[in-house]
Amino acid sequence: MGVIIAKSVNEACAVLAENPAATVLAGGTDLMVQVNRGTHSLETVLDLSRIPELKKWTMEDNQIILGAGISYTDLTHPQLSAFFPALAQAARTVGSPQIRNAGTLGGNLATASPAGDTIPVLVAMDASMQLKSSTETREVSITEFITGVKANALKPGEIIESIKVPIFKGPQEFLKVGTRNAMVISVVSLALVTDYLERKLRIGVGSVSPVPFRATEAEEFISDKFDWETNRNLSEKVINKFSELVANSTEPIDDHRGTANYRKHAVKVLAKRALERVSAGDIK
Amino acid sequence: MISETYSLLVNGKSYQVVDGHPSESLLWVLRERLELSGSKNACEEGECGSCTVLVDGEIVCSCLVLAASAVGREITTIEGLGSEDEISDVQKAFVDAGAVQCGFCTPGLLVAIDQLLNTDPDPDDLTVREAISGNLCRCTGYGRILEAVRIASKNRKVQNQEEQGK
Ligand SMILES: Cc1cc2nc3c(=O)[nH]c(=O)nc-3n(C[C@H](O)[C@H](O)[C@H](O)COP(=O)(O)OP(=O)(O)OC[C@H]3O[C@@H](n4cnc5c(N)ncnc54)[C@H](O)[C@@H]3O)c2cc1C
Ligand code: FES
Ligand code: FES
Repeated sequence: MGVIIAKSVNEACAVLAENPAATVLAGGTDLMVQVNRGTHSLETVLDLSRIPELKKWTMEDNQIILGAGISYTDLTHPQLSAFFPALAQAARTVGSPQIRNAGTLGGNLATASPAGDTIPVLVAMDASMQLKSSTETREVSITEFITGVKANALKPGEIIESIKVPIFKGPQEFLKVGTRNAMVISVVSLALVTDYLERKLRIGVGSVSPVPFRATEAEEFISDKFDWETNRNLSEKVINKFSELVANSTEPIDDHRGTANYRKHAVKVLAKRALERVSAGDIK
Repeated sequence: MISETYSLLVNGKSYQVVDGHPSESLLWVLRERLELSGSKNACEEGECGSCTVLVDGEIVCSCLVLAASAVGREITTIEGLGSEDEISDVQKAFVDAGAVQCGFCTPGLLVAIDQLLNTDPDPDDLTVREAISGNLCRCTGYGRILEAVRIASKNRKVQNQEEQGK
């Protein structure tokens, strides 16, 4: 069958309904690595990269709806990054300019790697996703979507259409540890998002468990201790307790990128650093 | 809808790809089928940037582009810089700065730097470092590459001023 270049979401869903075994292609930065290695041979390919709807974003009820085909480069444009600085920071750390031009948000989520850099941010922000097939449109939360290491909740015939991200008032941070600055897969990543209106700090952590997750115990502790008037004056003791709680919530493993012990240590450092930076930011 | 025979628009010229296999990358097709071997293959996993080309004006790794999905896109490779008789200004700056050692990384770097200077004619070193962070060089230590970018940027400025003065 070869490569089918869809021009609309409806066309893509119709093609998938007819060819449920077709391989979905977006930016190719995960898929083509497998293809080049010979671990994934292609027969029928459905290319989503030229669907204008998937490249768009809109604002609706204090939420931004991002098309699944939005690239990392798009996410770092000031117009978009202003809504969610932590997501833009995460996008900026991905790969290289070449990878950021091609790689998409939808592809990062579908790949569902424990080290996917947008995931801890989206988890922290309680983002949700619209999945679409020729017969159904459904909405799932990020945590429902990512079901395990490189496993997602897509049903045959479904594509990710968009990602809905709430806008929060207050400073945000995304931090990642790797072996160098550019072109590096996270050994540990952490997102801290201030929700000034709800008086809550939201924390998403990546690469230290099978799926990125929210450190809820640490969130409750610090949201209570945080000075919501001036957001200064956090004691050393509170900061340390907070980073301990974040580290205790992780279940890291030893692998070629780092040991479990190192990851526990690094996540503590990141939690502390993110909290200090958020505390130095403008809260209101 | 397209099948295994398709055409690609490379450096302004249309090329037929006959009996292509759906798994072939753009890099492979450029080198093995279209005899455009300027783009280099070092990793085939997006890490080294030696296969960098422009697709619709943006730098990407051609090893990660599915060739048959690039139908109708404007592809520019290293062969598209400069002309038959004359190398481009960035290529010349690389020669002048001595920024080429084994030369394997050079085509990808030239494509990335030409694109950078087209969008940002006067980049500072940090911007240049960021722009070429996806292009690995095992030989030069990057110092002379940065110098080449400074030379090319300066030459373009002088040329623009001369043209405006006319
Ligand atoms: C050199 C290099 C460096 C990298 N660095 C990082 C990094 O620092 N951080 C990081 O998080 N990732 C990194 N990655 C991984 C990769 O770039 C991202 O995961 C990227 O977001 C994948 O998106 P894509 O559009 O390229 O997906 P593709 O490769 O096109 O697709 C990936 C998977 O997602 C599916 N898919 C894509 N879009 C949809 C959709 N809309 N609906 C349903 N399924 C879909 C495809 O079927 C496929 O299974 C790197 C990759 C490379 C090659
Ligand atoms: S060969 Fe494409 S990035 Fe290395
Ligand atoms: S000159 Fe040899 S890799 Fe750059």
